[in-house]
Amino acid sequence: MLEFIQQLVNGLSLGAIYALIALGYTMVYGIIKLINFAHGDIMMVGGFVGFFSLTVFKTNIVVAMIAAMLTCAILGILIEKVAYRPLRNSTRIAALITAIGVSFFLEYVTIFLLGPSQRVFPDTAFPIKAYNIAGLSILNKDVFVVVSAVVLMLILQYIIKWTKTGKAMRAVSLDQEAAVLMGISVDKTISITFAIGSALAAAAGVMYGVYYSTVNPLMGIIPGLKAFVAAVLGGIGIIPGAMVGGFVMGLLETMVSGYGNSLYRDAVAFGVLILILLIKPTGLFGRDTGEKV
Amino acid sequence: MQIKSKFIRFCIDVLVLTALFILVQYFITTGLLDQYYQINLASMCINIILAVSLNLINGFTGQLSLGHAGFMAVGAYASVVMTQMLGQPFIVGLIVACLAAALGGFIIGVPTLRLRGDYLAIATLALGEIIRVTLQNIDYVNGPAGILGITKMTTWPWLFGATVFTVLVVVNLINSSYGRAIISVREDEVASELMGINTTKYKVMAFVIGAMLAGLAGAMYAHFFYIIKPDTFNFMKSFDILVMVVLGGLGSTTGAIIAALFITALTAVLQSFPAIRMILYALILIIVMIYRPQGLMGNKELSRQIFGRIWGGRK
Amino acid sequence: MKKNSRKKIAVLIIMAFMLAIVAGCGGEAKDTGDKAGDKAEMINVGINVELSGGVASYGTNAKDGALLAIEQINASGGVLGMQLNPVVKDCKSTADEAMSISAALVGENIVAQIGPLTSGDVAGSTPIMMDNKIPLIAPAATASNVTVDDKTGKTNEYIFRVCFIDPFQGTLMAQFAADNLKAKNAVIYADTSTDYGKGLAEYFKKTFGEKGGTIVGEEGYVKDDRDFRATLTKIKGMNPDFIYVPGYYQEVAPLIKQARELGITVPIGGGDGWDSPDMVSVAGNEALNNTYFTNHYSSQDTDPNIVKFVEAYKAKYNKEPDAFAALGYDAIQLMVQGLKDAQAADPVKLAAALAKIKDFEGITGKMSIDEKHNPVKAGVIIEFKDGAQVMNTRIQP
Repeated sequence: MLEFIQQLVNGLSLGAIYALIALGYTMVYGIIKLINFAHGDIMMVGGFVGFFSLTVFKTNIVVAMIAAMLTCAILGILIEKVAYRPLRNSTRIAALITAIGVSFFLEYVTIFLLGPSQRVFPDTAFPIKAYNIAGLSILNKDVFVVVSAVVLMLILQYIIKWTKTGKAMRAVSLDQEAAVLMGISVDKTISITFAIGSALAAAAGVMYGVYYSTVNPLMGIIPGLKAFVAAVLGGIGIIPGAMVGGFVMGLLETMVSGYGNSLYRDAVAFGVLILILLIKPTGLFGRDTGEKV
Repeated sequence: MQIKSKFIRFCIDVLVLTALFILVQYFITTGLLDQYYQINLASMCINIILAVSLNLINGFTGQLSLGHAGFMAVGAYASVVMTQMLGQPFIVGLIVACLAAALGGFIIGVPTLRLRGDYLAIATLALGEIIRVTLQNIDYVNGPAGILGITKMTTWPWLFGATVFTVLVVVNLINSSYGRAIISVREDEVASELMGINTTKYKVMAFVIGAMLAGLAGAMYAHFFYIIKPDTFNFMKSFDILVMVVLGGLGSTTGAIIAALFITALTAVLQSFPAIRMILYALILIIVMIYRPQGLMGNKELSRQIFGRIWGGRK
Repeated sequence: MKKNSRKKIAVLIIMAFMLAIVAGCGGEAKDTGDKAGDKAEMINVGINVELSGGVASYGTNAKDGALLAIEQINASGGVLGMQLNPVVKDCKSTADEAMSISAALVGENIVAQIGPLTSGDVAGSTPIMMDNKIPLIAPAATASNVTVDDKTGKTNEYIFRVCFIDPFQGTLMAQFAADNLKAKNAVIYADTSTDYGKGLAEYFKKTFGEKGGTIVGEEGYVKDDRDFRATLTKIKGMNPDFIYVPGYYQEVAPLIKQARELGITVPIGGGDGWDSPDMVSVAGNEALNNTYFTNHYSSQDTDPNIVKFVEAYKAKYNKEPDAFAALGYDAIQLMVQGLKDAQAADPVKLAAALAKIKDFEGITGKMSIDEKHNPVKAGVIIEFKDGAQVMNTRIQP
């Protein structure tokens, strides 16, 4: 029983990281129906900005995180302007291929500039405290990731539901042309979406660095894919869905490793994706809208 | 300038191909083409097969598949099991490779091809990875270490034959009534369904044939490069093929061939600058999609007619 | 009119492609010509290593070690009155590229090839080296079938290595765990996505069983995993008194950290893949206490030759030499020894001389090449003590 509760704790904190990345994924998809393949790599850039802020500029973790979020917000806007905007009216496949290109670009420019090896996050950035509660091991960083994932989701939900910008986002997501007619600047709204999404990815990148102690140029690929699965699982485009999807993925993977064969963990994750896509492509929280001809 | 008889055109094709074959064979036997160029030649042929077959799925049918390396892996392993472990001749290995990959394509294609666009892309990417992870866990084929010391059976005649076979299959398929149905699926799935075309059937058909040819390429690869292991066929390999298809033109067989040749040569030239090669790939993907989303050749084919017209026009 | 010009542009682009292909091939050919011209006073050494892709850091370090050796040898007058000229190329961590690079290197008239690092990539290179009768010295390919043909059981005449092989490491650690640590119930948690992890696990299991121990659990992880808590929690429930984790430092370091965080205090052991300064910076001093790994050498060793090597390496590259750097260095030194023995810069004679080398003093220990082209050499068990690598025992084969 104790072991099971420990596995739950493990699963939740892993899930929180997936959820954080999935939030950005789902937001961008919700607005422009683009799988931003480069999202995981923006997370990587965020991780590196945090790393340099901590080591070169000797800032504390909060400043590092803000620096990473700002840098990536700008990077996100830039990527959207240069690579995705010209493709807004072309096929989804063209947009996806471009996204793959952007993902490669970020990975290999980083390798070109910094080399392929991993960098170690200074452990002074976030002093680890362990709480031992009745045989359970809970770390302050576990609490930190779970709480920040939930808080960020709530803030995001607030922005989308209650602010003017959020209203604009929902309008653009529903019908771009009608939104323009209502006097909404589509370009601006999409830029803001990318900025927020990328900032979230950057936050996830810094947390990932803190949590697993290292960053490397290809670190975004696997969490990016997993987070994508989480977003689809929860219903892509739906903010609370991404959150729940992330936690479900984390718990699922933990249970597969803990009670099954850890080697099939990734296969199970991808299997879930395929099952969801086949049975309920709109995800757990999605509504079926039907296809317009 | 127009060539009139169909028969004469056919004869010219055969003559040109035979000449090409004999020329290269002559270079190899006389040693003019050293080992380094032979390896690049093999890579070129294998890449042509991969690019042309992926182009059938991505370009002509319009279904973005990111799991092509997975089918290549199935073909490679199936053929090696036949030739190395069961002692069958190479031709049996090739046939089994094609069948196994086609079967794989069918099993994967039937459920996933119901998905649209980007969902399909991710699903195929995931399935490609599942194939790789599964191979890693099969001890019969040595798991992650892969199979070492495969007898080299892929020679120039085999490579040439396989490449010509691939191109023939794809070109003839596209020019048939099946091909027109396949293209109509790409152009407008809903409309073609309304016209009474069984879109799923044609999508699966293109997918299975594409997978089969990827399996053929895998078998060629395995028997040329001495070693296969699951990691060789990861999603980076799928992306390599995608870059070729995108560059050459989604829906142009000659485009795919030219791009496969170009990318292979580019890889060889950039041997000493690995990061630059990948950055270049990335830029190719982005720039081509922005400025020429149908690829450099679009759906145009480089054919005798075009040559004829340009020649004629100039003169 | 517009349509016509577009078509012309298309044709032009295609022509440019063709030109690029031809130019690419042509350029390559000219390159070889130039190099062949000045080969009279130079000995070309091919360095075919992983500078990009999955194991880029191993290749980069081995290359650095090899280049340091070449620099030192050239500074002291070269070999046989000639200077060594390194030709460095990247095999991108794939076997097919390794093959293609080897073929390109053969065209540069190399006397021997150093690298690649992983067993799979060496296997890709093997047929080319065998065909052209040029020796390949693998710095770190530890799979047992690298130097021996699996099917015929014959030794590959032109393939050599300077590292010990997987069975040796697994056996060594099992002996150490059973004899020195008095472990009875061990769990194996191996990197199952590499032949390296699987190979070490297999031989550990065999020897540990022979020593009377029990393997109470076998788990696996795959490359690029970063979260191991689920499996570790499971392992904790098995109550082992030793955990064997054969794998590479990128995964092992966070693994050990998480194990300690979960309250697993038993000794943990592994292989040479652990050897990296990152182990300490990631896992932390405290977590690494009571962990041991088998290695080729220790950069903390007080042997004067090793101290000199470490200092020279640090001065040149401003980083600590890991085992790959030391092995790359030794691969060049072994080749130079072979050239001296053969008294000719000839690949076939070099191979014959390499096969006969006895008691060669390398940075990674004294070695003799056996009939399977494996070096017979000592291994060391290294223990982490408050963040420092301390040599625990040196075990002679």
